[in-house]
Amino acid sequence: MEKYNSMELMITIAARNLEDGAVVVVGTGAPCAAAMLAQMTKSPNLTIMFEAGGIGPILPTMPISVGDSRTTHKGLKATTMAEIMEYCQAGMVDYCFLGGAQIDKYGNLNSTMIGDNYYKPKTRFPGSGGANDLASLTWRTMVMTPQNNKRFVEKCDFVTSPGYLNGGNSRYDAGLPLGTGPYKVITDIGVYGYHPETKQMMLLSLHVGKTLDDIKNNTGFEMLIPEKYDITEEPTDEELRILREKVDPMRLIIGRV
Amino acid sequence: MNEELKNGIGEIFTDVDPDKQREYFRNKPKKMIPKLSTIKDVVEKYVQDGIYIAIGGFGGVRIPTAILHEIVRQKKKNLGFSGHVATHDCQILAAGECFDRVDIAYVVGLEARGLSRNARRVFESGKLKVTEWSNAALSWRYKAAAMGLPFLPIRSMLGTDTYKYSAAKEIICPFTGKKLAAVPALYPDVAFIHVHRCDVYGNAQVDGIIVADDDIAKASKHVIITTEKIISNDEIRREPNRTLIPYWLVDAVIEVPFGSYPGNMPGEYFSDEEHLAEWLQAEQDPEKFKEFLDKYIYNTKDFYEYLQLNGGIEKMIKLRQKELLIG
Repeated sequence: MEKYNSMELMITIAARNLEDGAVVVVGTGAPCAAAMLAQMTKSPNLTIMFEAGGIGPILPTMPISVGDSRTTHKGLKATTMAEIMEYCQAGMVDYCFLGGAQIDKYGNLNSTMIGDNYYKPKTRFPGSGGANDLASLTWRTMVMTPQNNKRFVEKCDFVTSPGYLNGGNSRYDAGLPLGTGPYKVITDIGVYGYHPETKQMMLLSLHVGKTLDDIKNNTGFEMLIPEKYDITEEPTDEELRILREKVDPMRLIIGRV
Repeated sequence: MNEELKNGIGEIFTDVDPDKQREYFRNKPKKMIPKLSTIKDVVEKYVQDGIYIAIGGFGGVRIPTAILHEIVRQKKKNLGFSGHVATHDCQILAAGECFDRVDIAYVVGLEARGLSRNARRVFESGKLKVTEWSNAALSWRYKAAAMGLPFLPIRSMLGTDTYKYSAAKEIICPFTGKKLAAVPALYPDVAFIHVHRCDVYGNAQVDGIIVADDDIAKASKHVIITTEKIISNDEIRREPNRTLIPYWLVDAVIEVPFGSYPGNMPGEYFSDEEHLAEWLQAEQDPEKFKEFLDKYIYNTKDFYEYLQLNGGIEKMIKLRQKELLIG
């Protein structure tokens, strides 16, 4: 048996990226698990926010809605969505986690629709929700997602939430706040960042047991592979124990592989 | 940054002129008089076909389910709908095919529970008029209206297709020269908001997250409150800092205990995940879904019959225990 599954790996890596004292907006599912794991390991003073208005809860269980009662359990404040988004717009929120049906090489995300006619979509998804705002306004956007070439595409059918738009400086030319943008993409194959100038997605570390061919076969665009990249540090026994026993004892998220 | 400013190509479904709203609010009665009503009466009186409605709460949290069912039961059509985190509320109105134009920030999904097949069918039909937004954009559209302004400048949506299919307009900040997105005020015709406590005049208190309900109440021409319980005006006056919505914004008050069911009501009861799963499951088969809607909405007299069908008070006690993490 494997020591850990890909969901456990992704959550552990995400948790390590949340430093103590940071403020993060999360949704339900894996990002929430990552934030909880971070709090229970190296970042006890990580502040969790939910876009519906929950601030600083001590989560008793995984929420099923970003607005349900769990998101304010023993929380610091229960407020409005506008207030949460205003903290983001004012530059007080460090991280957000987003996902989508498609992501392109500049980290643009699609959670709106598949098809070529917006007014008659082949498949309609929920839309932005708060994703566009969080991607626009928090400092660093993180994405946690399984990697395949249906999801990692040359061009999104619809850009719901901004990554680096067309690369280079285009994100800031569009008017989005300076210094914000996609930060890391964590998948079941590797961890990716972005080229400092072209803003194209670029390999940072490859997971144990994965190959560059795995990336090639599961990416619908040309991934930048630098000469030097790392091998991802595996989850420790302690991280796995906390994740399995405290964060997600029902295996609602980590059982979903 | 000399490039031309871009406008979203979406349609604005509601009037943006704040002077028209001022005139309306000048003439809206502000006497503090009792406003108790019934679900049936308020839907008959306030929901004319074609009006634009807003729903309080967060899709499956603190939602006015009794009202939503009654809108479907009375077969209201061609409504404009603000899809601001619209989950189970959108699912119910989509089941009745009640709306024909929607401001979309979040629709067809029920968050971690999955997507509503029937709502998707409605949104994929090409028959709806839709304009795309983000959650913050819709929150701030309500806020602009609540402030009596025609628009607010914001810094999200820029550069994306969400912006392109919105009705926002790019503007240049007169102070900094920065590019901003102007989002138009959203003044709904009628808002329906479920609260924890309210007096007969409409002074309302909410526990837990507020979402956008303070601004929705200020922005809407009519506000209908359903409340877990009616409290005395003395109780309101004892802790005025707890009043989220003051009486003059409110047109009618209806006492509906367990009124957010099958949604969550913070501090009172958790969502009924089994029943919400039953909704999603029934939608897989159009015939089965028709029977489902007949059983739970069209052939029920009112919301209480619906609660009875789902286990009545015993189920409510279980959901209360779940909410309070007992057992």
